[in-house]
Amino acid sequence: MAAPSKHFRWSWRSASFRSLVYQIVAVLLVVAAGWYLVHNTLQNMRVRGIQSGFDFLLQPAGFAISESLFEFDSAETYARAFLIGLSNTLRVAIVGIVLATILGALVGIGRLSKNFLLRSLCGVYVETFRNVPLLLQLFIWYFVLTEFLPPIDEALQPLPHVFFSKNGLQYPIPFWAMGHVWLALGALVGCVGAWGWARFARRRFEATGRALPVFVPGLAFLVVGGVLGWLAGGAPSALDLPERTEITVVGGGAVTPEFLTVLIGLTLYTASYIAEIVRGGIQAVAFGQHEAAAALGLSRTQEVRLVLLPQALRVIIPPITSQYLNLTKNSSLAVAVGYPELVSISTTTLNQTGRAIEAISLVMLCYLTLSLLTAAIMNWYNRRSAIRER
Amino acid sequence: MSAVGEVFQLIPPRAPPVATEGVLPWLRRNLFSDLWNTLGTLLVLALLATYLPPLFEWAAWNAVARPDNAACRALEHTGACWGVVGEKYRLILFGRYPYAEQWRPLVATALMIALLAASCYRPFWKRWLIALWIVVLAVFFVLMFGGAFGLTFVETARWGGLPLTIMLSTLGLVTAFPLSVLVALGRRSRMPGIRTLCVLYVELIRGVPLISVLFMASFMFPLFMPAGMTIDVLLRVQVGISLFSAAYLAEVVRGGLQALPRGQVEAAQSLGLSYWQTTRKVVLPQALRLVVPAIMNTFIGTFKDTSLVTIVSLYDLTGALQLALGDSDWRKFFLEGQLFVAAIYFVCCFAMSRYSRWIERHLNTGTRRN
Repeated sequence: MAAPSKHFRWSWRSASFRSLVYQIVAVLLVVAAGWYLVHNTLQNMRVRGIQSGFDFLLQPAGFAISESLFEFDSAETYARAFLIGLSNTLRVAIVGIVLATILGALVGIGRLSKNFLLRSLCGVYVETFRNVPLLLQLFIWYFVLTEFLPPIDEALQPLPHVFFSKNGLQYPIPFWAMGHVWLALGALVGCVGAWGWARFARRRFEATGRALPVFVPGLAFLVVGGVLGWLAGGAPSALDLPERTEITVVGGGAVTPEFLTVLIGLTLYTASYIAEIVRGGIQAVAFGQHEAAAALGLSRTQEVRLVLLPQALRVIIPPITSQYLNLTKNSSLAVAVGYPELVSISTTTLNQTGRAIEAISLVMLCYLTLSLLTAAIMNWYNRRSAIRER
Repeated sequence: MSAVGEVFQLIPPRAPPVATEGVLPWLRRNLFSDLWNTLGTLLVLALLATYLPPLFEWAAWNAVARPDNAACRALEHTGACWGVVGEKYRLILFGRYPYAEQWRPLVATALMIALLAASCYRPFWKRWLIALWIVVLAVFFVLMFGGAFGLTFVETARWGGLPLTIMLSTLGLVTAFPLSVLVALGRRSRMPGIRTLCVLYVELIRGVPLISVLFMASFMFPLFMPAGMTIDVLLRVQVGISLFSAAYLAEVVRGGLQALPRGQVEAAQSLGLSYWQTTRKVVLPQALRLVVPAIMNTFIGTFKDTSLVTIVSLYDLTGALQLALGDSDWRKFFLEGQLFVAAIYFVCCFAMSRYSRWIERHLNTGTRRN
């Protein structure tokens, strides 16, 4: 911490000379250790006859992937298998993030409820799920979903055309039609309209001091845009309904018990952390802010929207992002229940090709890229939302 | 009389004050204060009335507590088979450790837990606690390994269960701590070379999942070593866990360093203290005190994360459970065993998080202003 003297001299008494020596020594040590490890590795590989290099990525994988968003055939390459694994990781992570945020926010607000029962119920939930390892929770869910549910010919039917059994969940999906593109286009136009309305409302508020509602009209823009697009596209409404036959259930969309296990496990575990973050964020807003809002005559909705949320979100968003990253990284535990995500694909590859270093470093590279991307976006957001001080 | 009545209007007696203490007011305030509150109460009560009785029926009323496989099978999942815990608890708690020698991990674990509990107690925060740690760790390993004092030797491949979980997490934190302090100091150093190395280390480790670090330790590490040199897999995994938690701990320590007012360092410098004197006598004692609760939370995280060693085929508490319930007779009652293990984890983690909250309130009371 001592400020180095301004003048550099070739002497141990000069702080800047000393710090230069320290740095050179540290970097040399790290480089030497790295070189030693690489040297050993190369020698070991030569002795044991292990091939190295990433050329295996272009060879046919030779294993099937039990579920994926895209078609995969065992004759396709390892590279494509890795991409499928990555898409499976992202699929469970994105759905999990959305669900965990909703559940976490509800439970976090529930913990601040006036109602004793609701408050304690939310507290019990948070303490239970935070204090048991995620891996054990995944094992428990997997066992419950594959052992306690009925077999597929006696599938539970919680809703019409929704089947729940040892084989997973089957549900209706719309048949693919060009009209869906129109729907998306309409919704996009609606989004632009909502954004324009929000801008107009803010201008108007700044000019006249009269606040216009934003949320409901915005939602209306989105819904009307979507519906108009859907109508323009010929209103496709055919659904692919799963049907019960003698021995099984056919048709519709389906997710496997493995996917459900990972999704439920990750969602419930992460939501318990998000709930605590949300609670802390709301409690971090000083009570005086509430009093000041009341003194200005703001309604309860206005107070939440204009005073409480902007301040609470500033506290909530950074830790919640690291929870999103944790969820994504924790999805690697899915390898334990056999969901074919990135790590599971890489262990299969490792066992088949013996390229441990390549397979593991590919996995690390993928997660690292995801983390660094998120971190960069977060830093940008934090700079934007930081309080401007004098 | 009438004149008096015209001049002095008798004030009607005021209503007695509404009781704010006692059972009824509490109920009114917490359960029925307004329409929404009442609706919420009714909703939660309805949920509990729907789901608690079947749960109770499964967990207690229909349950079989004896380790009687035939009786358990007859239940067909209408009741819990807690007998599985009675049948398998030695295997779950101690893994494949030789059956006759299992008093050794029991004593070793008890010692370790006692020491951990003692370390949480502030009057014990003295220099001799470090010496005590060294002694207890030595006793722990002598008991676990054996090979001396007439104890038979037990190789690490047979270690398992709770001792393994506690060893991996405790040693993980103890060894990660000094490293994390150095890395945190390095990250705030003025020397760009050292700062870059520390940033790289922390961000690389924090960017990847623990499972990939463990895979690295168990599959890749043997390739890194010179030919003929083998390192025990348990040690490799332990090092992996230590390096992993050190990165997280370094961020915690850095938070403490950042929270320290700059004036402290400036005051120390003006007294003529060197960098290491400043760090040792002024910066670290204050910064570390600030982050004791956060360190505790990291420890809880490490404790839960040790369950991942199951995936690289070590038999910690979670792994030993998979091992114990592998046989076909008891397979069907996995859930009961899992709940038993979950309860062990819960008790440990819950106690630690309560302690973390308690220490947060009782530490730094002298310097806190709110």
